[in-house]
Amino acid sequence: MTTETSSDKAKRKSYQSIILTLQQYWADQGCVILQPYDMEVGAGTFHPATTLRALGPDDIWNAAYVQPSRRPSDGRYGENPNRLQHYYQFQVIMKPSPADSQDLFLGSLKAIGLNPAVHDIRFVEDDWESPTLGAAGLGWEVWCDGMEVSQFTYFQQVGGIECDPVPVELTYGLERLVMFIQGVENVYDLDWDGVPKDQGGKVYGDIFHTAEVDYSHNNFDRANTDALMQHFLDAEAECASLLSGDRPLPLPAYDQCMKASHLFNLLDARGVISVAERQGYIGRVRNLAKACCEAWVAAGKAAKGEA
Amino acid sequence: MAELFVELFGEEIPARMQVAAEARLTEALTKTVKDAGLGGGNAKSWSGPRRLAVALPDVEMMQPDLNEERRGPRADAPEQAIAGFLKGAGITLDQAERRDTPKGEFLFAVINKKGAAAADVLPPMIAEVLANFTWPKSMRWGRSRSRWVRPLHRVSVLFDGQPLSGSLDLGGGQVIEFGGATLGHRMISPAEIELSSGKLYDAQLAEHAVIADRAARVEMITGKMAELTSAEGREVRDDQGLMAEVAGLVEFPHPVMGAIDDNFMALPPEILVVSMRSHQKYFAVSEKDGGLAPRFITIANMTPDAERDALIRVGNERVLRARLADARFFWDQDRAAPLADNTSRLSGITFFEGLGTMGDKAARLETLAGQIASLIGADAAAAKQAGLLAKADLVSETVGEFPELQGIIGGYLARDAHGDAVADAIAGHYRPEGPGDDVPQAPVTVAVALADKIDTLVGFFGVGAVPTGSKDPFALRRAALGVLRIVVENNLTLNLADVLAAAAATHGFDGVAETLPPFIQDRFKVWLRDQGIGHDIVASLIRADDPRWGELTHITRLAGAMAELLATDDGAGLMAGYKRASNILAAEEKKDGARYDGAVDAALISVPAEQALFDRVTAEQSARQDDTDAMITQLRQLGGMRAPIDTFFDDTTVNDDDPAIRLNRLNLLGQIRALMNSFADFSAIEG
Repeated sequence: MTTETSSDKAKRKSYQSIILTLQQYWADQGCVILQPYDMEVGAGTFHPATTLRALGPDDIWNAAYVQPSRRPSDGRYGENPNRLQHYYQFQVIMKPSPADSQDLFLGSLKAIGLNPAVHDIRFVEDDWESPTLGAAGLGWEVWCDGMEVSQFTYFQQVGGIECDPVPVELTYGLERLVMFIQGVENVYDLDWDGVPKDQGGKVYGDIFHTAEVDYSHNNFDRANTDALMQHFLDAEAECASLLSGDRPLPLPAYDQCMKASHLFNLLDARGVISVAERQGYIGRVRNLAKACCEAWVAAGKAAKGEA
Repeated sequence: MAELFVELFGEEIPARMQVAAEARLTEALTKTVKDAGLGGGNAKSWSGPRRLAVALPDVEMMQPDLNEERRGPRADAPEQAIAGFLKGAGITLDQAERRDTPKGEFLFAVINKKGAAAADVLPPMIAEVLANFTWPKSMRWGRSRSRWVRPLHRVSVLFDGQPLSGSLDLGGGQVIEFGGATLGHRMISPAEIELSSGKLYDAQLAEHAVIADRAARVEMITGKMAELTSAEGREVRDDQGLMAEVAGLVEFPHPVMGAIDDNFMALPPEILVVSMRSHQKYFAVSEKDGGLAPRFITIANMTPDAERDALIRVGNERVLRARLADARFFWDQDRAAPLADNTSRLSGITFFEGLGTMGDKAARLETLAGQIASLIGADAAAAKQAGLLAKADLVSETVGEFPELQGIIGGYLARDAHGDAVADAIAGHYRPEGPGDDVPQAPVTVAVALADKIDTLVGFFGVGAVPTGSKDPFALRRAALGVLRIVVENNLTLNLADVLAAAAATHGFDGVAETLPPFIQDRFKVWLRDQGIGHDIVASLIRADDPRWGELTHITRLAGAMAELLATDDGAGLMAGYKRASNILAAEEKKDGARYDGAVDAALISVPAEQALFDRVTAEQSARQDDTDAMITQLRQLGGMRAPIDTFFDDTTVNDDDPAIRLNRLNLLGQIRALMNSFADFSAIEG
């Protein structure tokens, strides 16, 4: 057993170096390395590189990227060591799912210093569903020493459309993963850059704590709910408008769907959506997502037909 | 004879599905082999996260030869009929025999089929079993068309120790060729293992850090956990559900014990246990006195290794600290405001369409719990308070995170402000939560627990949301069983009918749904039979038209007394006398179109036996009281009527020539029948 050296190494890994390592690892596996989508989303799945590309038009699509993710109601004013309203996911999507998906995933853990041979790795049933995207899949949470380090999902449908071929989606919650690797118990103590403090090195809190406090105030107390409500209606209308006519525009329309989804999350955090209304809003966002996905698939088929 | 062995190897099967899949696979393979004329039987099977396996040790090497003659249609039958016959028999028209019969010329198929070798016919049959195998939830992967629970990678098929070739076509160009090799433990021994037989499966896999047998895994977990805890003078908290789950999560179970950080030991133990269990699948540990010990046990999927174990322990301890910090955050938030403040938010949660919000439910519980408390001599003010607050924890942060702690959390949050009786009632009002759970006993808890279940029953039946067949989405059967167990096991004398009516009033209904009392009576019948009461005694006491049907304790106690009575010789004799009397009455009443239940005229009595019986019946009639204790005492002595009845039948003729005497004697028998039926419907008693 080489436990000591591997854990010592692990401790030196900075947040950013783990992102770089994951990017390199998945680039080596043939993935397109993308940059985050430039909109507010709740999870890496919302990135069109996952949602839309899971459906078409490419027969093969392998991509990986970091996606900043926002869950307004998870804000804790910077006081909770484990919960954030803004955090990062590292997302991998491979279509069709390779036969050795699990091994590829375990290889990525090894690459970032979690050697599966010296930990307890388990695949625990966790079927995934996104009611707002009309998406569902089967898979697991992957545990490392009791810690959920990733979600592993074989997509079955997106936007209400069956996936064919079936993609596999791997989602690493970066904060939790790096906390585990660095042995840190407060997210704000994460070593971001590996630079010593006296040389200007930054920990997670140096970079994000103020934002967590401010956005918590915004999400829970300040955001103008009348304006948010209007923005939601506007996004909904704009989405429908972009999909209408002889020349539907699924990509710009899908931007409006993402916007509506985030606005709904903000309204939810502000506490102005009753339990009874909640399902209604989710259904409205799902309708947008489905319409975008259908238009995207239709456009892909049309393009293939032309070629 | 030879052994057929099949192993399916793939990605992690959800723990909850493994045992049922193992049984279905065993059943399907056994049936296929049997239907193919290859015997089978004595199956052994295995299941775990990555594999399902079945061994059938007694499979024939060859199918039996088939010698069969089938009569077909007439030779001049329509072409279609002949074609169908030929296809079914697997012959051509030339091969069919034409025979003259008294009904004309008919076609016959004479089939003499040599049995095939098992090794040749089995592979496609196994492929078919797999193609038709269903899972509660299944998926496609890659380009496959077929579905399986998670990606399936290998199918090993051995017959008589040799791999059989064959394949499973998944569609989309994905094919699994059958083989004879599997893989060992993913981390410890990932190399290929050439399998040799089902007999050696356990041993072969054990060499590669896989404990294939589920029971062996459970035994390892149990043994090692006991070792870890007893070394500290502690013991593992029994948790069969968790055990079943973890045994399906690991191929090599290795319990590792860690410590719960002292900082969290002040949290309610239920929060600690549920955090550990639901999120982490850890076992909890008890101190000698039963209190929660600052320990947890995780079941790792690795072989023991001191250094690695230390890393696993430290990692799990850190994860648990994060989990508990989260739980404490919720708990602290909940404690910051009085529980009563939550009640206003209950109006935001719908209880059920047509039954208002949880806020409405709380208001109803306040009223009904108070009324029940008055009936059973409990503190009505405390019951009202507890009823109003019973659901308040549903909007707490902690219950939002851990729904299984509903009630418990409310109990904690209410204790300081409202006292023990109210807190205990809130904490215990969901009980009993299953047939194995104890019923509440504290009077205020009893009142609220009854109110909650009765409100639900009356409400759902009132809006027509009743269980149908096996579907009972709102657990109304469990609620009804809970109600009758609480009443009977606490010897409560209340009449359920009154309580149902009171509940209907709180719902604003005109009355109790007609279907509800029979539903409760049905549950009551089942429960009484489960208590060992004979089905005929149950039938004699639970009657749709019984005005006392709602006196559940009364009925249960009578059932016991009836069982005692009928177990005695006198009781059996009495029963025989009753039968004879009621048979005579039935016959004569039918003949005469009359009903003999009139008064007996003492002046017409001439025979001593008749007089003796009359005296006895009169005495019993005047002793008859409605009070349960009196009824039981009298019922126990009712066997004493046997002798006068027997003597009466010996010494007299009921159908006397004198119509007045006949009428009088029939009325005397009618009095016996009425007296006995006033305890129970003795006509329902068998034997």
